[in-house]
Amino acid sequence: MSDTHAQSAAFVRESFIPQSPPPARERGILKWGRENLFSNWFYTLLTLVSLYVVFSLLSGFLPWLFSGVWNAGSLSECREILQGVDAGCFAVLTERWNQLLFGFSYPTEAYWRPTLAFILLFVCAAPVLFSGLPRKLLILTLLYPFAAYWLLWGGTIVVPLMALLGVVLGYVAFGATVSRGFATALVAALVVAGIVWWVGIAVAGAVPDFVALMPVPSRDMGGFMLNMMLGTVCVSLSLPFGILLALGRQSRLPIIKIACVAFIEFIRGVPLITLLFVANVVLAYFLPPGTNFDLILRVIIMITMFASAYIAEVIRGGLAALPRGQYEAADALGLDYGQAMRLIILPQALKISIPGIVNVAVGLFKDTTLVSIISMFDVVGMIRGPILASTDWNGVYWELYGAAALLFFVVCYTISQYSQWLERKLATDHR
Amino acid sequence: MTKKMLLGAAAATGLMAGAASAATLDDVKERGTLNCGVSTGLVGFSAPDASGTWEGFDVALCRAIAAAVLGDASAVEFVPLTGKTRFTALASGEIDVLSRNTTWTFSRDNDLKFEFAGVNYYDGQGFIVPRDLGVTSAKDLDGATVCVQTGTTTELNLADFFRKNNISYEPVPIETNGEAQQQYLAGACDAYTTDASGLAATRATFEDPSAHVILPEIISKEPLGPLVRHGDSEWGDIVRWTLNALIAAEELGVTSANVADMASSAGDSPEINRLLGTEGNLGEMIGLDANWAVNAIAAGGNYGELFAKNIGEETPIGLSRGLNAQWTDGGLMYSPPFR
Repeated sequence: MSDTHAQSAAFVRESFIPQSPPPARERGILKWGRENLFSNWFYTLLTLVSLYVVFSLLSGFLPWLFSGVWNAGSLSECREILQGVDAGCFAVLTERWNQLLFGFSYPTEAYWRPTLAFILLFVCAAPVLFSGLPRKLLILTLLYPFAAYWLLWGGTIVVPLMALLGVVLGYVAFGATVSRGFATALVAALVVAGIVWWVGIAVAGAVPDFVALMPVPSRDMGGFMLNMMLGTVCVSLSLPFGILLALGRQSRLPIIKIACVAFIEFIRGVPLITLLFVANVVLAYFLPPGTNFDLILRVIIMITMFASAYIAEVIRGGLAALPRGQYEAADALGLDYGQAMRLIILPQALKISIPGIVNVAVGLFKDTTLVSIISMFDVVGMIRGPILASTDWNGVYWELYGAAALLFFVVCYTISQYSQWLERKLATDHR
Repeated sequence: MTKKMLLGAAAATGLMAGAASAATLDDVKERGTLNCGVSTGLVGFSAPDASGTWEGFDVALCRAIAAAVLGDASAVEFVPLTGKTRFTALASGEIDVLSRNTTWTFSRDNDLKFEFAGVNYYDGQGFIVPRDLGVTSAKDLDGATVCVQTGTTTELNLADFFRKNNISYEPVPIETNGEAQQQYLAGACDAYTTDASGLAATRATFEDPSAHVILPEIISKEPLGPLVRHGDSEWGDIVRWTLNALIAAEELGVTSANVADMASSAGDSPEINRLLGTEGNLGEMIGLDANWAVNAIAAGGNYGELFAKNIGEETPIGLSRGLNAQWTDGGLMYSPPFR
């Protein structure tokens, strides 16, 4: 047998060739590029055009960015240093970074307070955002609003402590009387909390220096800190209100239904800027002269109302998307309204609504810059007003607005990434 | 919207004039600070510096008033206001005096029920053009494209001016001053028009300011001054005469450097003596200390010093005195006598 082969075949391999990688043009970036970028003449053309566009953008932008001036006292000094070279004057950021972040009148020696509040925000929000963490950490989340208030506004610690005590005792009173009916319990809780708060005001007035931080009035808050404050508070408040409004809109009780529909439609029919003007300008006429109802509080109320109406509609979409069978199944199990909503309907409806809610949250966060129109100095207000109006920096536009855009992008992109992670985590269907 | 708000402001002012502003002077003294409304930011007129201290020409007037009333130039709570919120803040009693480059007009004085206490800067609408254009007068601008902010009186003034001179132009509407600077520098328009002080401040930010000229024509009257609410004439008088004291001090040669010296004892000039309280009882008549004017002048200097320090020719803004010179130098600054 071997003889026949010996005559018909010149060479017979008797061992395996060692495995070798595919040819260079069939693997790695070359293959990918050939298949995706240069697979035919049209794609090739598009690729070349895109490369040219990217190159011309970057060749203008990168030198501007990297040869920018970071140390100068004014725009004219920047220009002297640059000697006609076209580059950014980032010295304005070096000099005014604190004003962009904290506003121009927040006391410099107290910058650690908002910074600490900012860091604590992540620590205390984590238990809500990541369900993998121990549930006991939720106590931190509960404490956070009071701690943050104390850090940001200062004053005696008695105020947030008594406020917290009022909430806790009110909750205890609610628990003790809830067997007599929801309404009774609610009234009892409000009465107890009210008494504690009233006592708290008196006590705080008596010992204004007890473990006190330097008080900072609302008027002195500004910069990106103000955007963060408004964004965080309004988003976290508007979510529960939005859920209540969405449920109220579906209620069978006509009064609740009409009230919710009227509220939602009215708020959605009015631009946010109008509500802000009302908060700033018109309310001053309804209040007795001399009373100063905190401006930030007024703005928070207005933005929260605005966001709640939008979130309510998003959640209503989620509720409507649930099959009727889910409601019927809950009834069939003998669950009452509260249980059915809490255990069956809302978890599913909220999951469907996540993209919409995040959409509203991101939009709301960016809308907080509108407060610059009612003479509050958020980051855009700081740029438009004080910084561009200083004789040193009048005329620096790209650098400042670029910095503001960067700040907003970081926050909004983070929110969006978190929501995508949450969607993946909650996905129970098979795709 | 703005118009409605203004009407609302006017209506409410009428209601509140009695309650909120019956004795502003007492309120200010009791509070220990003066609430002064200023612009959220206008180059040279009001802006906080890097450490957050307010500076500027309008701001200096607030400090002078605080010094006259409370004896402390730093006892001012500055309330930054936009063009949209300024009148309601004054009408509602949130501020005691508004010193925010506000033009004195008939309707603001009467319809909105405010009282202008004088003029601290005579402004007017002007034009800026590139020097290369070779234009020396606004009347040469026939057929030019002109950048103008929309919804302002400048737009109307512009139309009036060109119609009156029977020449044509093409307006390029823009929204803000910042946008206007960019458009003008990019060559989207041949000329840019706004208040002359604003033009000077804008030109100061250009890479090469000498390549642009501000044309000599001023096509509108914009007298800017501090204002208070109707219904409290005593307070209005204090603001008016504090401003007059600063103007008179320049005329009489009293400066922040020599005011303490001059006030220490009565000098040769009777009017200076009366102004500085070393003679007569002018302070008592206005309800303030005898050395009220001394404090006001010492706060930042006389009118000329304030002008030179904030917007004058030595500053980047580089405004010349022009109409704002003393009447003895051919300007309009003229204080009634202190007697």
